[in-house]
Amino acid sequence: MNTSRWRRGLLWLPVFALVLAACGDTDGGDDGEGGGDGTAAPAECTEPDPVRLQLQWFAQSQFAGYYVARDNGFYEEQCLEVEILEGAVEIVPQQVLATGGAEFGIAWVPKALVSREGGADIINIAQVFERSGTLQVSWADSGIETPADWEGKKVGNWGFGNEYEVLAAIEKFDVEVGELVAQDFTMNALLTDEIDAAEAMIYNEYAQVLEAVNPDTGELYQPEDLSVIDYNDESVATAMLQDGLWVNADWIAEEGNEEIATRFLTATFQGWIHCLDAFDECVEVVLNNGSTLGQSHQEWQLNEILGLIFPASNGIGVMNEELWDQTVAIANEQVVELQGVEITDDVYRTDLAQAAVDALGDADVTGDGYERREIELQEGGS
Amino acid sequence: MGGANRRLARSGLSILAVVVAFVLLWEGYKLVWTAMGWENPVSPDDRTMPHTWDIFLTLFRPAQRNGPPFILVELRAALMTLREAFVGFVIGGAVGFGLGVLFVRSTMAERAFMPYVVASQTVPIIAIAPMVVVWGGRIDLPQWLSVSLIAAYLTFFPVAINTLRGLRSPQPTAMELMRSYASTTNETLWKLQVPAAMPYIFTALKVSAAASVIGAIVGELPAGLRGGLGRDLLQFSQQFTAAPEKLFAAVLIAGLAGIAFVGLVTAIEHRWVQANRRLIG
Repeated sequence: MNTSRWRRGLLWLPVFALVLAACGDTDGGDDGEGGGDGTAAPAECTEPDPVRLQLQWFAQSQFAGYYVARDNGFYEEQCLEVEILEGAVEIVPQQVLATGGAEFGIAWVPKALVSREGGADIINIAQVFERSGTLQVSWADSGIETPADWEGKKVGNWGFGNEYEVLAAIEKFDVEVGELVAQDFTMNALLTDEIDAAEAMIYNEYAQVLEAVNPDTGELYQPEDLSVIDYNDESVATAMLQDGLWVNADWIAEEGNEEIATRFLTATFQGWIHCLDAFDECVEVVLNNGSTLGQSHQEWQLNEILGLIFPASNGIGVMNEELWDQTVAIANEQVVELQGVEITDDVYRTDLAQAAVDALGDADVTGDGYERREIELQEGGS
Repeated sequence: MGGANRRLARSGLSILAVVVAFVLLWEGYKLVWTAMGWENPVSPDDRTMPHTWDIFLTLFRPAQRNGPPFILVELRAALMTLREAFVGFVIGGAVGFGLGVLFVRSTMAERAFMPYVVASQTVPIIAIAPMVVVWGGRIDLPQWLSVSLIAAYLTFFPVAINTLRGLRSPQPTAMELMRSYASTTNETLWKLQVPAAMPYIFTALKVSAAASVIGAIVGELPAGLRGGLGRDLLQFSQQFTAAPEKLFAAVLIAGLAGIAFVGLVTAIEHRWVQANRRLIG
């Protein structure tokens, strides 16, 4: 606790440096972009606005929409020059936003709420993922079909803010689990039967199991071998909102930045919608941005990621209030830092995302017809 | 020349022997532990301990479908990491040497700063690295340079300590002789103390060369730097469930990178020894 406060304190040092740097910078104009209606692409782009987007992790299909918007020139059309900053160990997008290291950042809602309590004044301007990608995976022959079956079992979770959905389900089903096990970021504990139910993202770790060879058959593990609990499922319903787009409250309050944000969202949404149809092209873009990524794994990931975004009930990025409330309610119960904290609705705003959706006109902003493709996974995800 | 060739052949053979022995140990362990049904200390199954030939073959399979082979991709990554390591090694070596000289000149400075120099090495690199990256980012330092600074952080210490030790190594009589020639402090430093310290410094540089590669790999992680070994190692460790042999293959490349760097320093040391027989003899 003390160390993290100390570190957070240190993180403010660069802010002073930035303020000093900004004092010497007189180029403050917005280059004559008529912010007229604040949505459509600027009629004439003399000099694109440079902005940075901080991801939570390396390039992968989870971020396909952003890479496609960049590499296909959608950001350029909106007179933006977007630098995508890849995440890594120890990089917390919320803190990068708070220290001015990026204009936009992607973060899970509960983690962002914790950062807000820690002093990061950030707000959600678009909730890109409407569904949670978290699963709890067991072997089919274990008899585990609902959280109620965890009674006496070893239940794995990742910690670091990834565990709230698991804890909420345990409480909701009032089960006495045998042991809550800290799981590493792989699925090995499940494969070696050290735990009975492993936490997994549907777009990543779950696929990794299906890319591994079952020593008994010599073939890849099959979905039938596994029993999956989906936190989005109505019978569980402890899902919490994940990848959303956040900005620093001070930054968005500056004149002209709302308009920049709207343009950013417009191009970003365009990127995601583009992937609905141009699926293979989007996978290609991702692979071009990561030379060691496996193709079938990224195909699987994009397929599932699109399923987390679409169908988007209010149009892509526009917050689903019901799910926000569910996330906040669970966060208030399960997250130590948020117990007894009142989380007001001004933590998020929908006007910018709505303007971006409107600006996209006829595009398929809800993706109502989205259906998952059949992806054939290869050994090792290659 | 024939002697040199024979020496090279002999060292090549001994390296090969070690590799063969290691492969036999690895595969033997798998065989025996599987047959006996033992699980400890390490399970012998193919997911935990892939076959050595699978690891080897992975090097020549494409890293990405239809892409260049793994070994090419990772050698390129190793080259980038080595570049960061090298810059860090040079910075760290210079700082370490400077500190050594400062300390040998002023006992006051030694007493004042040495505790901090020592303390700096007890702070884990994984705590320092993110700070360096954040600070470097604020002052618009290129990311790879931040990584080099992290590598430098690991390299200056052995050089500083050994330089100090080496500069103090000349016999008192030799120091007195220099004084009797009325040589200045600088002349004594460059003509007597530094040559005397070179064996110490080379020893430190070899330690530092290996440490700088580790520093660069660790530094790449919080920097989120693409294209280096650190990021690839992390990515493969995440994919360990599905493709464990890739992680082992990448570790192999990382090890080779370190060996190559230390080898380079050793070669330079040999050259120096050859050129300065007169001094050492």
